[in-house]
Amino acid sequence: MAEQQLFKVTIDNITIEVPSGTTILNAARKIGGDVAPPAMCYYSKLQGSGGKCRTCLVEVSKGSEKDPRPMPKLVASCRTTVMDGMEVKNITSPKVLDARAGVVEFLLLNHPLDCPICDQAGECHLQDLSYDHGKEGTRYEFQRRTFKKHDIGPYIQLHMTRCILCYRCVYVADQLTNKREHGILDRGDHSEIATMIEKSLENDFIGNVIDVCPVGALTDRTFRFKNRVWFLKPMDAHRNCPTCSGKVTLWNRGDEVFRVTARKDEWGEVESLEDGKPAWICNTCRFDKKHTNDWVIEGPRMINRQSVISAGHYQGNVGLNKPTEIFEAVHSGRHPKVMLDIHSVSEVNKPDIELSLIEGPAHSTDFNSNKD
Amino acid sequence: MSQKLLLDKAHVEGIRTYDVYRREGGYRAVEKAIKMGPEAIVEEVKKSGLRGRGGAGFPAGMKWSFIAKPEGVPRHLVCNADESEPGTFKDRYLMEFLPHLLIEGLIVSSFALGSNATYIYIRGEYAWIVDILEHAIEEARAHNFVGKNILGSGFDCEIYVHRGAGAYICGEETALIESLEGKRGNPRIKPPFPAIQGVWLRPTVVNNVETLAAVVPIINMGGEEYAKIGVGKSTGTKLMSACGNINKPGVYEIDMTISVEEFIYSDEYCGGIPNGKRLKACIPGGSSVPILPANLLLKTAKGETRYMNYESLSDGGFATGSMMGSGGFIVLDEDQCVVKNTYTFARFYRHESCGQCSPCREGTGWMEKLLLRLENGAGKLSDIDLLWDIQRKIEGNTICPLGDAAAWPVAAAIRHFRDEFEWHVFHPDEAVKRNYGLAHYADAIHVPATV
Amino acid sequence: MAKFNDTQLTEFNRLVSHYPEGKQKSALLPVLHLAQDTFGGWLSTETMDYVAELLHIAPIEVYEVATFYSMYNLKPVGKYMFEVCQTGPCMLNGCDNIIAYITDKLGIKAGETTPDGMFTLKTVECLGACGYAPMMQLGKTYREHLTKEKVDSIIDECRKNAAANN
Ligand code: SF4
Ligand code: FES
Ligand code: FES
Repeated sequence: MAEQQLFKVTIDNITIEVPSGTTILNAARKIGGDVAPPAMCYYSKLQGSGGKCRTCLVEVSKGSEKDPRPMPKLVASCRTTVMDGMEVKNITSPKVLDARAGVVEFLLLNHPLDCPICDQAGECHLQDLSYDHGKEGTRYEFQRRTFKKHDIGPYIQLHMTRCILCYRCVYVADQLTNKREHGILDRGDHSEIATMIEKSLENDFIGNVIDVCPVGALTDRTFRFKNRVWFLKPMDAHRNCPTCSGKVTLWNRGDEVFRVTARKDEWGEVESLEDGKPAWICNTCRFDKKHTNDWVIEGPRMINRQSVISAGHYQGNVGLNKPTEIFEAVHSGRHPKVMLDIHSVSEVNKPDIELSLIEGPAHSTDFNSNKD
Repeated sequence: MSQKLLLDKAHVEGIRTYDVYRREGGYRAVEKAIKMGPEAIVEEVKKSGLRGRGGAGFPAGMKWSFIAKPEGVPRHLVCNADESEPGTFKDRYLMEFLPHLLIEGLIVSSFALGSNATYIYIRGEYAWIVDILEHAIEEARAHNFVGKNILGSGFDCEIYVHRGAGAYICGEETALIESLEGKRGNPRIKPPFPAIQGVWLRPTVVNNVETLAAVVPIINMGGEEYAKIGVGKSTGTKLMSACGNINKPGVYEIDMTISVEEFIYSDEYCGGIPNGKRLKACIPGGSSVPILPANLLLKTAKGETRYMNYESLSDGGFATGSMMGSGGFIVLDEDQCVVKNTYTFARFYRHESCGQCSPCREGTGWMEKLLLRLENGAGKLSDIDLLWDIQRKIEGNTICPLGDAAAWPVAAAIRHFRDEFEWHVFHPDEAVKRNYGLAHYADAIHVPATV
Repeated sequence: MAKFNDTQLTEFNRLVSHYPEGKQKSALLPVLHLAQDTFGGWLSTETMDYVAELLHIAPIEVYEVATFYSMYNLKPVGKYMFEVCQTGPCMLNGCDNIIAYITDKLGIKAGETTPDGMFTLKTVECLGACGYAPMMQLGKTYREHLTKEKVDSIIDECRKNAAANN
């Protein structure tokens, strides 16, 4: 095959080159840090995912070198591919920040405030999202919607009220198991994840829905120490498994295994194996191997998410880049997620210019040194 | 009396049958088109300036020319008969009374696009029209206009009717395609566009009923002649379905040169407002387009007469204008409540949201609840601003245009009738008993002196 | 369990034949209409499973679709269903009065069925008859320009038909 074409794309004033066909979101993830838009529904390992939650909206201020017209609407960066010479604004666009705050508010509208009793607390993407992009308080003064409770078997617990309808779990069932038995029923604001007739989900690999669910809607029923993951120690471990790679993260206390999950990367997605395939794990590894002697322990797992799980107990030993004071200042006291300093990847900025301190979108004039 | 191209034969006795339709000159367009060949047909449609009659107004010929033609992959034409926009019932009229006109248009268009299997996606509630259409197709088949090797041209043309089951969203073309595939009507995320990957991932063109019917007169009279009718980029004739508080609700064919005032008050069309009441407001293009108070409806903000065509109706943008939309013309008299009307629309859009994307799924329900509260006199002043903010955050941020369609009516109602909303807040007891009335909505507009 | 008879199977095959080989799932909507008409005006889980089997698709694919579209009834309904439109244009022409009248006359609220299983009242959103408002859908057809008198005569008509068919 001919050499893959490289496209130049500029996101929040940082230019990188990516192969054609790359989405804006994935290009932004290459840059990393705050430049990467939050993604609640897109999951790079699930075909067809994305486009639904609208948290990843960005502004395309220049379509491409050939057709420089800006795009009239904000676009879902997870489903829009880059063009050569495209210029994108994420955190430098007030429009984007405003729309995103709106999306966060919409997502939280009917979401219960049961974080204190939710298994996902501490590793919930919605918690992170509202922390980073939301506004304080809600303007919603009506009753939150409720659903009839459904039992979906001994392995997986469904809390429908928490679901944000990202469809990830539907794609998992479609793409990883031999027969999909749950889906989205009803429509509009009554849509729900269900099996219609009470049915237990037990297909091999179905357990992965727990790992892909961004919120606490699908959780591990065999998890024996509910609610507070930050008291557990994540350890990478493996076993010789005939069905899957057997590479997992164990969540231990002392010698006890409380929970088994797939290994996740910095975007909260299941890691890829050496062969590029995602390291999904089978139901046996996830639900049945709850003794340390089932596993070969490799060592402590680095967790680099910013929410409670890392910001609390694991802060010291998981390699988190603590936000600098400057970010606190511009975010009115909140600590946003910063995983790398943009100056370390970009030569655009003079190191003495703090991008985030510039009012409104940054312009080339803000970076004079770059001009000569 | 304006020229009629679609409905001219609507009142001929028995026009629903093949024999009468044929006797009245029907199916000539097919005979002519087959001699012309596909490219020439597309050319004529381009020349005619025909714009999609479903709501968006996109040039039809241009849409046709986008269809991909990969070797060995079948292409499909799909007729969008999922007419569900409140206020709109013109396609129903056309299919019910002139089924052969649609079939004829479909045959010509299928031939032009190379679609051997063409589908009519009809809304599920129009159950009896399915029978009418299927009967018409069989009649056409008996005369070799449908089926294998039509008129000895070597072209196979099948037309199937696919019945939906109650979902406004299936009027959006990619949702329609999903539904045609036997799935939930969730709009697809674009790209890819249907012209490249539509139904069963094959190149597909989706056109509205009226658009496809209009292909018949275009072929018969030639694109250039067709383009001479109407004005500017609003060529040809347009079907309007008029409803609400008027003397003569119904479907009218207009040639887009008449004024809005004439349309509402002349006896040829709506015949004025019943019971001697006065005009308060109007939604000229189906529930999703902005509502206009009487003064801005009859005259533009510049004080010029407003006409019934694409350009004039949208003169002034969303600030002081509206849109032609799908041609669902809804009239409100002085005794109607704009808040209540807006509430029913908000309820409609909440009911019809597919639920895929968060702004639409959550925002439509929120707006409905706020509007109901206001209508019931239990609202707060801040609710009005909140509504404004919600619609603003839905608009443009959703997967498909339903989000916009839900946001616009709320925005326009607040923009032009804010005092009526406030009155509901300040007079909660009265608000549940009576209506705000006409207020100043029909006052002459102040036109700034020209320079 | 109930199955299609020969006539219904012929209709089923006709519907499936509209779509390309291997795309039989496309017939799902029309086939669900057929099933609903055949098996008592609503879709039970058994009916949906049967449709799934006929079309060689997973049951969940049928459930997803049946719950999405408003015309499929997932619970038993009365013999006659009055589906009264309540959207803007119908509201402007007084559909509220019609709904209130039916509620009064039959003693059922929207969404309910009379105890004798004869009538169900349902409020629906715009059915494309806005110019002939107020209106309702009754079975396969529309009843338009409704007045109280008209509603009375429709109810009588239904009762008579039901009696004749017994
Ligand atoms: S249950 Fe979880 S994974 Fe499934 S749609 Fe809801 S939020 Fe997404
Ligand atoms: S991540 Fe892009 S829309 Fe959800
Ligand atoms: S509003 Fe009732 S039929 Fe359209």
